[in-house]
Amino acid sequence: MNLRDNKLITFIIAGVLLLITPLIAQQFGNAWVRIIDIALLYVLLALGLNIVVGYAGLLDLGYVAFYAVGAYMMGLLASPHLSQTFPGFAATFPNGLHTPLWLVIPLGALLAGVFGVALGAPTLKLRGDYLAIVTLGFGEIIRVFLTNLDAPVNVTNGPKGLSQIDSFKVLGYDFGKPHSLFGLEIPSVTGYYYLFLALVIVSVIICHRLEQSRIGRAWMAIREDEVAAKAMGINTRNMKLLAFGMGATFGGVSGVLFASFQGFVSPESFSLHESVMIVAMVVLGGIGHIPGVILGALLLAALPEVLRHVAGPLQNMTDGRLDSAILRQLLIAFAMIAIMLSRPRGLWPVPEHGRIRPGSPDQDPAPKGTLS
Amino acid sequence: MDIFIQQIINGLVLGSVYALVALGYTMVYGIINLINFAHGEVLMVGALTSWTVATSMMGLGWPGWVVLFISLLAAIVVCSVLNFSIEKVAYRPLRTAPRLAPLITAMGMSLLLQTLAMIIWKPNPKPYPILIPSEPYEIAGAVINTIQIIILVTTAVTLAGLMYLVNHTKLGRAMRATAENPKVAGLMGVRPDMVISATFIIGAALAALAGVMYAANYGSVQHSMGFLPGLKAFTAAVFGGIGNLAGAMVGGVLLGLIEAMGAGYIGDLTGGILGSHYQDIFAFIVLILVLTLRPQGLLGERVADRA
Repeated sequence: MNLRDNKLITFIIAGVLLLITPLIAQQFGNAWVRIIDIALLYVLLALGLNIVVGYAGLLDLGYVAFYAVGAYMMGLLASPHLSQTFPGFAATFPNGLHTPLWLVIPLGALLAGVFGVALGAPTLKLRGDYLAIVTLGFGEIIRVFLTNLDAPVNVTNGPKGLSQIDSFKVLGYDFGKPHSLFGLEIPSVTGYYYLFLALVIVSVIICHRLEQSRIGRAWMAIREDEVAAKAMGINTRNMKLLAFGMGATFGGVSGVLFASFQGFVSPESFSLHESVMIVAMVVLGGIGHIPGVILGALLLAALPEVLRHVAGPLQNMTDGRLDSAILRQLLIAFAMIAIMLSRPRGLWPVPEHGRIRPGSPDQDPAPKGTLS
Repeated sequence: MDIFIQQIINGLVLGSVYALVALGYTMVYGIINLINFAHGEVLMVGALTSWTVATSMMGLGWPGWVVLFISLLAAIVVCSVLNFSIEKVAYRPLRTAPRLAPLITAMGMSLLLQTLAMIIWKPNPKPYPILIPSEPYEIAGAVINTIQIIILVTTAVTLAGLMYLVNHTKLGRAMRATAENPKVAGLMGVRPDMVISATFIIGAALAALAGVMYAANYGSVQHSMGFLPGLKAFTAAVFGGIGNLAGAMVGGVLLGLIEAMGAGYIGDLTGGILGSHYQDIFAFIVLILVLTLRPQGLLGERVADRA
């Protein structure tokens, strides 16, 4: 059997496994499928952030802002909030606003992308830690506005958030309701699993193609040495803006999905904590390496959730001090420190190609002409 | 006019806290080029430690300022040990690692400290005991109380002491040399590891002092109280020019003033559309403006490449 067949078989097995995962998980209860769904959303977010942090080397600590933009856009365009608040609006759309999936996802991507470029533009000159702090500030500003924009005009409904957001409907298939297919029960969460999986696969393909493309190589050149990249004729300004925009697009789409999946958004979901989590996923998994990033996102998103289910006894033992949310935080904190200390380049880093390993046959003999 | 002077007083008090914390950031960044994300959490631990000590000593009947002083000492000791160990465990092994790695451990440390504080002290906000009878004094129509006066005086004395330490003592010279170039400093007989540890300890002591002041002034302590002051203090450090001690002090005080003024007047300026709950965004707007218009900060020198 040659290598090509091998690869094909691996793909088929992986595909079948991905397809039946939720069907197995739902036997143990829909809560488990829900955990997987959330993990897939985080994979999408981490892939998006990986474009900014991993490829272009721009540390963005306010990434959750784009997630919020997408989620709130979905919340406004597909919930009764606008019609309830503005009488004129209700007159225009007597049945309320129910924007379909086909329109909302591209719109969310576009809007978040515009936000990304708008955020990137003033910060182009900054790098490293400074950029991190400024983006963090942007994220906080967006959150403060989301929390306070219920007066004087009620746009975001303040800390209470937007509720009753529509679930997705595609060709008459409502993701919000359970369905039955060939006698097989497909609950709502499983439907969402397939939707999220499809989007994750599309994103992986986009990311992979980007990485291999001229644009991806330009980003990596900027990451390694911006001055040199500029000298080689790369338009660093446009490339950095493009990275911000592309990354934000992913965040926006994830936000739209999140809003329709939860049916509810509030500023609480978009705290700095989330931004830090997403950065941690990218860095822990292996910065700039797609499989690593996916691994990081799955680990950090799913493992603590799984632990939440076994946290009950522990909570009783410790007099209620160590509840599941605290345990989850504790675990994430420990993971961040321990993994960075033991593997500073991440769990599954980019294989180092092009660099000569000591002792390999094509290694240059001792450098000449330096001190001889 | 009364509001104006009142807000100046509030701003100076808030700015004192920012300045003390900003010094910790700026010293650490100046020497090892790391944003110590956990620094705000050190402030929180200081405040909570002093709360524990103060509340447990309430029954002894000692005068309030003695209790406050002892609780402050306890906070300084605990924070110094804590910051010293953080550096040893989480940052020192990563000194040659990729730049993002120590930043991630710093964020992890911040999360870890918050969570541990939540477990040890429970998540609810706790009232900080009133240890010094706060008598209001009137200055030109505005009110300042005893605690605020003590805060301003203590901060001024501490800052003067720190300036002396850095500019006129042997340790200070070693710190400046290490910031300039750790390798060459090492060749000249300075032990960079020790200097870095000393820097973390000094920074922690300042943060503990700031934490106790913050708690005494605002009257409440909680596990999440360190995050925002920490972030704003970092902003102050950048504002003044990171790595520059005088800059951190000026930046801290200015940021406090800007915030107090902004909170006091934003309602009038925008015709009531934006209220004082937007106070927190001023620091970030200042940060963004400073970094885009004058990235080296108010008092900083232009450094060729710091990425």
